[in-house]
Amino acid sequence: MTLRSRALLATAALSLCLPLGLVASAETEPAPVQTKDVDTPQVVEAPKTAPDPAIERGRYIAVAADCVACHSNPKSGKPFSGGYALETPFGTLLSSNITSDPETGIGRWTEAEFTRALREGLGKDGQHLYPAMPYTSYTKMSDQDVHDLWLYMKTVPPVRNAVVTNQLPFPFNIRALLMGWNLLFFEQKRFQPRADKSAAWNRGAYLSDALAHCGACHTPKNILGGDKSSEAYQGEVLQSWYAPDITPSKTGGIGDWSKDDIVQYLKIGSNRMAVASGPMAEAVTNSTQHLTDADLAAIADYLQTLPPGPATEAPRTAVTGAVMAQGKRVFDAQCKACHASDGTGIRHITPSFPGNTAIQSNEVAGIVRTVLAGGRGAITAENPTGAAMPSFAWNLSDQQIAAALTYIRNSWSNRAPPVTAEAVASTRKTLNLNAVGRAPHPAP
Amino acid sequence: MANVHPKVDAVIVGLGWCGSLMAEELTRAGLTVVAIERGPWVETAVDFPPSVDMDELRWDTRRAMLLPPAIETITFRNDPTQKALPARDWHFNEWGYNVGGSGTHWAGMAWRFLPFDFQPYSMTVERYGAAQFVDGLIVQDWGVTYDDLEPFYDRFEKIAGVSGKAGNLKGEKIPGGNIFEGARSDEYPLPPLKTTRLTDLFCEASASLGYHPFMVPAGQTSAAYTNPLGVRMGPCTYCGYCMYYGCGNWSKSTPNNCVVPVLMQRKNFSVLTESTVLRANLAPDGKTATGVTYVDKDNKTWEQPADIVVFSAFQMQNVRLMLLSKIGKPYDHATGEGVVGRAYSFQTVSGANIFFENEYLNQFIGAGALSAQIDDFNGDNFDHTGMDFIGGAGILVVSRGARPIGNADFLPPGTPRWGSEWKKAYTHSFQNGTFIFGQGTSFAHKDAYLDLDPEYKDIHGLPLLRLTYDYNENDRRSAKLIEDKSVEIGKKMGAKLVVATNATNQHASPYQLASDHTNGGAVMGLDPKTSALNRFQQSWDVHNVFVLGASSFPNNAGYNPTGTVGALTLWTAKAIIETYLDKRGPLVAN
Amino acid sequence: MNRRQILASMAALAGNASTAQAAELSGEMPWEPGQAKVPPLPDPGPDRLVFFTLAEAEAVGAMADRIIPADDLSVGGKEAGCVRFIDRELAGPYGRAATQYRLGRFVKGTPEQGIQSPLAPADRYRLGLAALDRHCRAAHGKGYAALPPAEQDKVLSAMEAGTLDLGVVDAKEMFEQILQNVREGFLADPLYGGNKDLVSWRMLGFPGAQYDFRDVIDLKGKKLDFVPVSMIDKTL
Repeated sequence: MTLRSRALLATAALSLCLPLGLVASAETEPAPVQTKDVDTPQVVEAPKTAPDPAIERGRYIAVAADCVACHSNPKSGKPFSGGYALETPFGTLLSSNITSDPETGIGRWTEAEFTRALREGLGKDGQHLYPAMPYTSYTKMSDQDVHDLWLYMKTVPPVRNAVVTNQLPFPFNIRALLMGWNLLFFEQKRFQPRADKSAAWNRGAYLSDALAHCGACHTPKNILGGDKSSEAYQGEVLQSWYAPDITPSKTGGIGDWSKDDIVQYLKIGSNRMAVASGPMAEAVTNSTQHLTDADLAAIADYLQTLPPGPATEAPRTAVTGAVMAQGKRVFDAQCKACHASDGTGIRHITPSFPGNTAIQSNEVAGIVRTVLAGGRGAITAENPTGAAMPSFAWNLSDQQIAAALTYIRNSWSNRAPPVTAEAVASTRKTLNLNAVGRAPHPAP
Repeated sequence: MANVHPKVDAVIVGLGWCGSLMAEELTRAGLTVVAIERGPWVETAVDFPPSVDMDELRWDTRRAMLLPPAIETITFRNDPTQKALPARDWHFNEWGYNVGGSGTHWAGMAWRFLPFDFQPYSMTVERYGAAQFVDGLIVQDWGVTYDDLEPFYDRFEKIAGVSGKAGNLKGEKIPGGNIFEGARSDEYPLPPLKTTRLTDLFCEASASLGYHPFMVPAGQTSAAYTNPLGVRMGPCTYCGYCMYYGCGNWSKSTPNNCVVPVLMQRKNFSVLTESTVLRANLAPDGKTATGVTYVDKDNKTWEQPADIVVFSAFQMQNVRLMLLSKIGKPYDHATGEGVVGRAYSFQTVSGANIFFENEYLNQFIGAGALSAQIDDFNGDNFDHTGMDFIGGAGILVVSRGARPIGNADFLPPGTPRWGSEWKKAYTHSFQNGTFIFGQGTSFAHKDAYLDLDPEYKDIHGLPLLRLTYDYNENDRRSAKLIEDKSVEIGKKMGAKLVVATNATNQHASPYQLASDHTNGGAVMGLDPKTSALNRFQQSWDVHNVFVLGASSFPNNAGYNPTGTVGALTLWTAKAIIETYLDKRGPLVAN
Repeated sequence: MNRRQILASMAALAGNASTAQAAELSGEMPWEPGQAKVPPLPDPGPDRLVFFTLAEAEAVGAMADRIIPADDLSVGGKEAGCVRFIDRELAGPYGRAATQYRLGRFVKGTPEQGIQSPLAPADRYRLGLAALDRHCRAAHGKGYAALPPAEQDKVLSAMEAGTLDLGVVDAKEMFEQILQNVREGFLADPLYGGNKDLVSWRMLGFPGAQYDFRDVIDLKGKKLDFVPVSMIDKTL
């Protein structure tokens, strides 16, 4: 529910100590040419005074928890000052100002109040916070981390920006309703390390479940927006994006990804198969690229041991016939210049389709949306390219897009149900995009 | 009263290749840099993705990426006795008008100049004596040599991801590369592009004549590539929508693809788009600039103070900015004194149109720089003893991507331009007709120069730049040799019809479109009496003003300019960072 | 025109339209979903003239049919949509010479100095077609479109040679304008209103809106039987 519908390329996160320019990555492609020397900026902003280690730890927690992503309005350029519109299935919420401003921020909060907000979802005056604020995850945070984060947040310069966070329609604007919601879906419980697992695995679990709140997008939700805990990380559709299954399922998840693939994806924003776009691109840009290699490896360790999500129905049979012929014609004219006629794309610029489980998912919302509205790849220190998928809403009809996607989902080794023109039309409507032949004109 | 921004370390006027490379160097060194760009921000996936890019009418015929003459143009005349008139429609000034500048729409031929091109005076005098120069010709050394620039060429090629094959690696001549080139320290970062039927025919024919063909170094990626700044590029798909177009799949060497993404991550860099710099402002003593004055898109005037001012607009625009800012002494044609506007050069073009029978050249397949060339008659690669000129040309064929509208007049002489006969001839020529292009050296002449027009003004009310230019005798003589060689090669290629072409047979015109390479006017050199800039492209007169681009060329080589423009920028950046920042004065005593 | 008018006029040019992202950019590369710098797209709805009068359209159609005659290579220029194409172009920024320098005195110069005419393309058509009509009625008793093809060719040839007097409009300049625009209508992407059914691209063997030839570049010198494609292609 913390889904962000808009690109936020925050400058704020870049103020963290970035290991800039480490291009020599774990790439395995037989790239004929890869220049070895990478020029790293000589700009080193030495702190004026020795940083307090606790505050530095707190800064890292804030990045891992990606607080800045929601608590900043990209237009204002002032991190943590709130006002960012969060679109939820129940209406719009504006994120709050969490700078140290006493009037409009959290400058008058006590540490106890701050802790209670994170862990219990209660505001300064005890009012219920909406679970767009992922207190359901943050409740698992350790005492030490909450304390360090508090110390860091106190150092965030005050920004005066009053935000009325609750923009929801009746009845969802009644915060008391959340009491019931919490009873049903919220368990206040610290993270419990598992003695039968390694320290790295436990670290990965803590990062994923408590701080990075991966489940906020990737765990299926019930009709009231509560997590289906038994299906953790098995994928969910949010605001016409599909946050895919990230369990080791071979057919629906990322079972074919190596540990290095996962680390590289979170570090660079792409790997031999995939390119992060949409909300995940923002998460990589703002948060995961800044995590230490050890922490990313720990996350990979953890994800690779999750119970696999359901296998796709088997055996699937490839779609054939006229729609595939049409799809190939559209693909050849409009797609293959970036995705290649063998579907393998361009490493770290466009994804590779053969065997790509996200492309073959039963949930087609994400790929339909990407063709219609486009999508920006993650921008990271190690891959600043920022390649984006263009919008094809203006020059391809619903049927042509459906055929091209069906072709991609059923070519090479891929097998997946066809995408229907109706599904494309529905997403086109949701995104407020014009019909083919007109400029896309999205909603502002 | 202008609005004043906070002062920055450096302000960069124009964010094309020069501006972005300079900004990358200066921000990496820790300086705060503001770039001011006349055009808008452009984004591959929005402004020219494949779905938008494949549009000849819009991008090529209507030149939709270029700065329209409505906003700024030049006035033109062939000689000083004529009245100059404005070039009102699209003409040979193909000025960029977006972040990325002309580097976004260029063809991508990424050359190094020959050692001779930097020292034409001393090398000619040494080999042939000064009598080799025709009357009135301005020939002077640049003050920078090929060897000085070699590391910076290497760096530029790696940033741009140039595809080519070395012909002279550390002195070792390598067949298949250009054996006439100066010694390279390293191979190209990418292998050459694929060849085509046309380049194959040319290479076979010219080799059988004893010449040394090679594939032109191309600013299109022959494979996926990661440049030294960490930016990814995709492989070129030979779509042919290249020159005058943006690149839809990250495979053309453009500032947008190669440098700008890195700049946009740096906190000490920002760009003001849709803003036009009117002039640099000078301190009362005239020895330093205090910054620049610009107008934003809402017609609001601003001052951007800076410790360093970099002019990195197009060549003519740089010269005009120098004149409008009163930096350096303007050239006076009557007395021959003054340097700003002096030493203008162009490109001397001749060759042959060739028409085959029963060919399928498939020239719509290609890339802006997919070309084969011989350099046997370029620069001083051949003995000019007994000839009455200097210089020569690269002779090449281009598989650049033939388009229906643009080629509609490419016909055998005498063909009707309309009616059924035209349709028949054009259908034939579309697959069978092409040309051999002699891209020749151009030396400046005392009668060819730039100054401010006394009558015509731009939309800000400032005088347009006036170009006084015609081909000179040296041009005509070198062009004739190249024309003859082109005809020889064309016949050898098996063309049924070979028609000599020679731009110097007519008066020069901005509409001739033989080339869009205009050079000089604010040239670098060793002597402040004959150059506006010292060997580091620093103004002799105003030491914190640096001027980047082909405006620095005292003469043009038989190549496209961008590789040298890029290398010179990096050379100047090093001088600024390593010397100027401490010295804050002239880098060469005057 | 003053600066503001020129800039306002420029903003209407598809290629140079000011994006939402202006002013100072730092720390980010602007991008928003659902954005595309689309070419000028025709209004949906009935196909009607937006610049020409019916009589003008008939004259231009007749000229298009002489410049691109129907023969065994293709349909004629009129059927290919050249009139529709030119009509739309003249109604837009091209018609009013939005990109051209239009300031200062218009002084006749040398051929090297190019056209120095205050007439924008739309003016040239409007005035030139009227003058041509007067000429044809005076010389032949009927308008251009009603002349037999051989007479139509003679008139065009006279314009091409610059031997026809069309008063305020230079006949040669007008001929070059019409020739260029008819060719554009015949040869440009069909989304601009001409090149019906990609007729000229089929004639030439031009593949049209295709962006990747890696699979065929090695088939050197071979006839490649591409089915041409338009930027917005309903047949795909």
